Amino acid sequence: MSGAFQGVLAFVQAWWVELLCAMLILLVVPLIAGYIVLVERKVMADMQARLGPMRVGPHGLLQPIADALKLLIKEDLIPDNADQFIFWFAPVLSMTAALTSMGAVAFGPWFHVARDINIGLLFVVGISALGPFGIVLGGWASNNHYSIIGAIRSTAQLISYETTAGFALVSGFLLAGTLKVSDIVEHQRADNVWYVFLAPVGFVTYLIASIAETNRAPFDLPEAESELVAGYMTEYSGFRWSLYFLAEYANMIVVGAVGTTLFLGGWLRPFPNVRWLGWVDAFPALLLVAVGAYCVARAGKQPVRVQRLFMWGVAGLCFAVALIFALAAPVSFAPLKLAYAGLYGAFWFLLKVSAYIYIFMWLRFTLPRFRFDQLMRLGWHILIPLALVNVIGVGIGLAINSALGWQGWMTIVGMLPTTLATIFVGMLLIRWNDKHAAAASAPVVTEVREAEDSYAG
Amino acid sequence: MLDSLVFYFFAGIAVISAALMVTRRNAIHSAVFLITTLLSTAGIFLQLRAEFLFVAQIILYVGGIMVLFIFVIMLVRLDVPLPQIRSRLRQWTAGFVALVVFAEGVIIVLMSQSLPGKGLLALTPAQGDKLPPNTEDIATGLFGLYLLPFEIASVLLLVAMIGAVVMAKKRTPAE
Repeated sequence: MSGAFQGVLAFVQAWWVELLCAMLILLVVPLIAGYIVLVERKVMADMQARLGPMRVGPHGLLQPIADALKLLIKEDLIPDNADQFIFWFAPVLSMTAALTSMGAVAFGPWFHVARDINIGLLFVVGISALGPFGIVLGGWASNNHYSIIGAIRSTAQLISYETTAGFALVSGFLLAGTLKVSDIVEHQRADNVWYVFLAPVGFVTYLIASIAETNRAPFDLPEAESELVAGYMTEYSGFRWSLYFLAEYANMIVVGAVGTTLFLGGWLRPFPNVRWLGWVDAFPALLLVAVGAYCVARAGKQPVRVQRLFMWGVAGLCFAVALIFALAAPVSFAPLKLAYAGLYGAFWFLLKVSAYIYIFMWLRFTLPRFRFDQLMRLGWHILIPLALVNVIGVGIGLAINSALGWQGWMTIVGMLPTTLATIFVGMLLIRWNDKHAAAASAPVVTEVREAEDSYAG
Repeated sequence: MLDSLVFYFFAGIAVISAALMVTRRNAIHSAVFLITTLLSTAGIFLQLRAEFLFVAQIILYVGGIMVLFIFVIMLVRLDVPLPQIRSRLRQWTAGFVALVVFAEGVIIVLMSQSLPGKGLLALTPAQGDKLPPNTEDIATGLFGLYLLPFEIASVLLLVAMIGAVVMAKKRTPAE
């Protein structure tokens, strides 16, 4: 008995940082996902000149918690004709895949669960590839026509766009020369440049493919409300529905994290090696103090006691983290330095991921949904060839740079010819595709007699 | 100790779910058990410290091929069995081929010490903490040592792909 206890103790001592990070991710990610939903509703309201949720808490800040409570106490319905086990299991699979894949994401210098695994980002991509099974199996198990159409659309879409995302990632891996997450970020610090400037086409193709992979508008055909009720989620209710919902938002964080790590410099601040921009380091602490001060100022005006407590809690948390930021420079206390490094990295990392997710929302409220043949055409006729050409282009650019011995900012110049050539190829592809799409979707001329044309005149 | 425990855990799951895959009536259930088998095989790769193979197995087989399988299962009505699958001769042929392949595996494992490529199967175990990087090793193997077989295999796959496109393409009346 004591032997087992000793073993557990030794395990905890060896792995406490990883365990702490895993606990943080498991606890915080569902919360963050809930708040992304709130932010999305607020952004949508802003773009449509409305206020959005305002009732629960100041500016609707407690809305996600109220929603979560509501979903937890709703009835969990399983249709009689559904495949019971798969119906029960599918949402769990989606959620597990999304949370597990977050294990290899590095939020800061030491802030990750999987310590320096060799395959790094590939692990994230691989495990998150399991998530679609939740959608497909859930749609099939519901035994509902809308659900199964949603599931079939989702499979077709995923197969098409995962290829593009894979090739886009390959172009980033070529630049980094490694799959290790921490090494990818450190290489970007050493190279003095984010890889989005070296492989802009790779980043854009990854962005588009990742929107399609997370089933977000304008690629949300698996759950197209106007066509399929709710697609694969039609028969789901209560907690199982919210698992799907959380998985979708957790997946957004995952793809944002992969894009940020590979193309946007991970946890590095902008211009990490420029000395005179060092004052940027004070920015996170100042921002937190400002948020905390706002919460304190507004706390007294809240009508309900819970809301006042919530505001005080948020303010306290902001001030505590700001204190760590402020004390890390003068005080030489090893755990404090460690906490500072992790939190400081996490701040920039989450800021970049938020910007990435903001683009998702922006596109969602700007573009109408694709038709399914347009989606397939975009995937197979434009994005996959473009991503392939981009991999070749990045390879040639790397060869040019190493032949000329250019480093740092000069690599952008070396990459420029191939990047321009790739963009040119992309424009040709779009032009060629437009011509063929027009021919393919031209209305089939059939003879419509006046008497039968109910819309005539 | 822990290593063999992990191995037997994943191997057990793989064998049991493979058996379940063959015996299920429902095609989707079979597919789910095949996914479980493939995932536990990936687990065995990880236990052998072949992390690249682990991820490649998951991305290619589970994330790619199995999604395609399920796609096809959903589109095709499998509850109406085709008459030719029921043919006795084919069943016996398939059984015989499976038996031959299984016997080959058993013979190779049993005679591994006396076959010409002696020691091929009994690799010397590397140090647990000083393992060569799996990704780099596979890259040098594929693009250096075994470049020609690799290229031949890719040409073969390309031929298969083009063949599939040609066969699946609709014949327009003009042709």
